[in-house]
Amino acid sequence: MSEQSHATTGTYLRIAGVLVIITFIEVGVFYVPVFQAALVPILLVLSAVKFTLVVMFYMHLKFDNRFFAFLFGGPLLLGLAVVVSLLFIFYGTVRLRTGS
Amino acid sequence: MRYDTDTHAAAVAHGHATFMGLDNRKMAFWAFIGSECLLFGSLISTYLVYKGRSLVGPYPHEILNIPFTSFSTFDLLMSSLAMVLALAAVQRGDMKQGKLWLLVTALLGLVFLGGQFWEFSHFVHEGLGLTTNLFGSTFFVLTGTHGAHVTVGVIWLLTLWIQALRGKLGPANAMTVEITGLYWHFVDVVWIVIFTVVYLIQ
Repeated sequence: MSEQSHATTGTYLRIAGVLVIITFIEVGVFYVPVFQAALVPILLVLSAVKFTLVVMFYMHLKFDNRFFAFLFGGPLLLGLAVVVSLLFIFYGTVRLRTGS
Repeated sequence: MRYDTDTHAAAVAHGHATFMGLDNRKMAFWAFIGSECLLFGSLISTYLVYKGRSLVGPYPHEILNIPFTSFSTFDLLMSSLAMVLALAAVQRGDMKQGKLWLLVTALLGLVFLGGQFWEFSHFVHEGLGLTTNLFGSTFFVLTGTHGAHVTVGVIWLLTLWIQALRGKLGPANAMTVEITGLYWHFVDVVWIVIFTVVYLIQ
């Protein structure tokens, strides 16, 4: 297997560095009061970036057959839809009951 | 040559190719990982739906230890790095490095599990059990299920390491290491989500 066919060791190390830096930023954002207003969207975006980097480079989805991306991405989107739907259903119901 | 072309050629050579030319073991494992997305999606949904609805304490902000969990997150991220280095070493036939990185991955997994055991023990000591409140029930089920996955991963990695020590693992079995890696990285990405949703967004 040629080295050019997928990520090299250098790429793996750089990705690890980026993942650690993002984790530091996440924890920093958690503790800095000025970010509290936008804490949830910031943390969700940072988490999504980390998730994508691991899946694309460490799980080789960026270099692998697109069918694997379909096998993973389909249920992942379905899972996300379940999370979002349940939150809307539950909190929508609570809002209707409380009238707030 | 692309990564998928290489792996397809290997799949055909070893008689594991599907009619699409893909390795059937890898295809089955990606389908399994897809089903795991739904499992963890349901557990995370349950945690979020019951978030902030506990009638008695301890509450998340009183008990969650962010610095400690940040270290656990760092540990699991480094284990993912060790896993890709193990796979790269096995693929190029460097079994000395392959054995080393497989062991490092397993040990980092054990460190994570030790941390989780300490965290759970601390929570129980502080009065948070599985049936104490909604936070306790959803927290222990979600993180406990993840911990069970890490445990399976560590056993799997140690099995591969022993196989490598006995000379039964080489470049010809690189797909076995790759599939183990897929599982291990998936456990890592699930923790990335749990760390954000459970620990940081309180």
